[in-house]
Amino acid sequence: MRPKIEPNFAAAALQLDGALLLLQQSGHALPDRARSEDAWLQAVIDGLCELSSRDALTGLANRRHFELTLASEVDRVARAGEPALVLMIDIDHFKRVNDAHGHQSGDLVLKAIAVALSECVRPMDTVARFGGEEFAMILPNCPPSYGLAVAERVRAHVGAHPIPIGAAEEVTVTVSIGGAFAPQWVRSSPLLWVERADQQLYRAKSEGRNRACLEEPMVSHVSAEEKGLLFGTSTFAELG
Amino acid sequence: MKAAAAVAPKATVLAVTSGKGGVGKTFFSANLAAALARLGERVLVLDADLGLANLDVVLNLHPKITLHDVFTGKASLDEAILPAPGGFSVLLAGSGLVEYSRLTPHVREQLVEIIDRVAPRFDRILLDTGAGISDVVLHAISLADDVLVIATPEPTSMTDAYATIKLLATQQGRRAIRIVVNQVSVAGEGRTIRNQLQLVVDRFVTPRLDDGSAVALEMQGEIPTDPAVREAVQRRTLLLDRLPGSRAALAVAAIAARMAA
Repeated sequence: MRPKIEPNFAAAALQLDGALLLLQQSGHALPDRARSEDAWLQAVIDGLCELSSRDALTGLANRRHFELTLASEVDRVARAGEPALVLMIDIDHFKRVNDAHGHQSGDLVLKAIAVALSECVRPMDTVARFGGEEFAMILPNCPPSYGLAVAERVRAHVGAHPIPIGAAEEVTVTVSIGGAFAPQWVRSSPLLWVERADQQLYRAKSEGRNRACLEEPMVSHVSAEEKGLLFGTSTFAELG
Repeated sequence: MKAAAAVAPKATVLAVTSGKGGVGKTFFSANLAAALARLGERVLVLDADLGLANLDVVLNLHPKITLHDVFTGKASLDEAILPAPGGFSVLLAGSGLVEYSRLTPHVREQLVEIIDRVAPRFDRILLDTGAGISDVVLHAISLADDVLVIATPEPTSMTDAYATIKLLATQQGRRAIRIVVNQVSVAGEGRTIRNQLQLVVDRFVTPRLDDGSAVALEMQGEIPTDPAVREAVQRRTLLLDRLPGSRAALAVAAIAARMAA
């Protein structure tokens, strides 16, 4: 279907300098020139896609990537019924760090928190910088009974690691965490899910910060025990 | 969650829901509305299944104006309220509005506003909700004064009805839920099913409620399996119009009479 492209023709005709500079500046290895034209262009595009899904400062998933992942997770939960948790994580009194130590130190703190958060999760989880000093996590297949333990682990891990911001200086920051489960089997929306987690974050802040608050999960799951009682009597034996 | 009571008398809002689709929810809503209209009530059926509506199919209506036009400001609410064959009014969503199958803040506000605006003009508003549980369905139900869960004796329907009851009790704080059992083959089967649901609710749902109160399933009636229903549905007419003397029609009328009393 595609017209045959002469070697180097497409790349020569396209304005790729900006794209290549972006890739180089962000530390991406530039694609190998020796590869075929298509493969080379594909590698440039892949690099740009990767770049556009990352937060420049922390290297975490950015807001755009977070929202894409969240939308597909909502669909998966509605279809498969697996529980999933979203955590919204906000650094407590971040402004004080900036005010006392300067914005560069603030950036170091953001980077260190990004690393700390990434250390707390499984490879399948998504850690994102949601904006400013707010981070977000998507934890697929996380049973409601584990939710608070996971959030607590994240909170404790951050608080237990002082962050070096100069030759002899370090700061310890804490985070407040709000979490909500995607209602299982329910057709929901990413927006509402984040909104619910945000309400819990607000609660964590107003209850004094450095804590994790989770929404009571919606219960629409019917256990085998419940089904047993529902159909277990002789009257319903014939109904299976 | 609900707007404060207005000065003018307002309609009672009843949400009709089921969990599982295909249990006769829309059939029941439409015929209940017709039966209530015969008793002198001003009834509006609102198609609250915004993404997958089929009230228009059941009533054989081909609306030019739907809720979608109201949402987008293309038509006024008055233009969208249509007379239905059974002497009641309908507000149709129009099928395939995929963008409304998810609850956005816009849809949320619009639904609240629409119900508020129509409430003073009717005695009763029936919210016909969609199959399955979605944010839109849960939100629509949250706007209702009462909820009616319709189930059939099929195990999948009973399981879904139970899951819905559980969600309504734990999430929305419902303590009274009305039950109608459709397609029963033996007289009294509906009552047995209601009792069975109540048993499981007492055992598994009530203990999780933090206010120590219980959830009461209020039996509204049962509708027998009746070939007349199939005939009416296939001809896309109201059972109460087409075969008012059929057993199923009489059962719906009896439920309406009890409700209106």
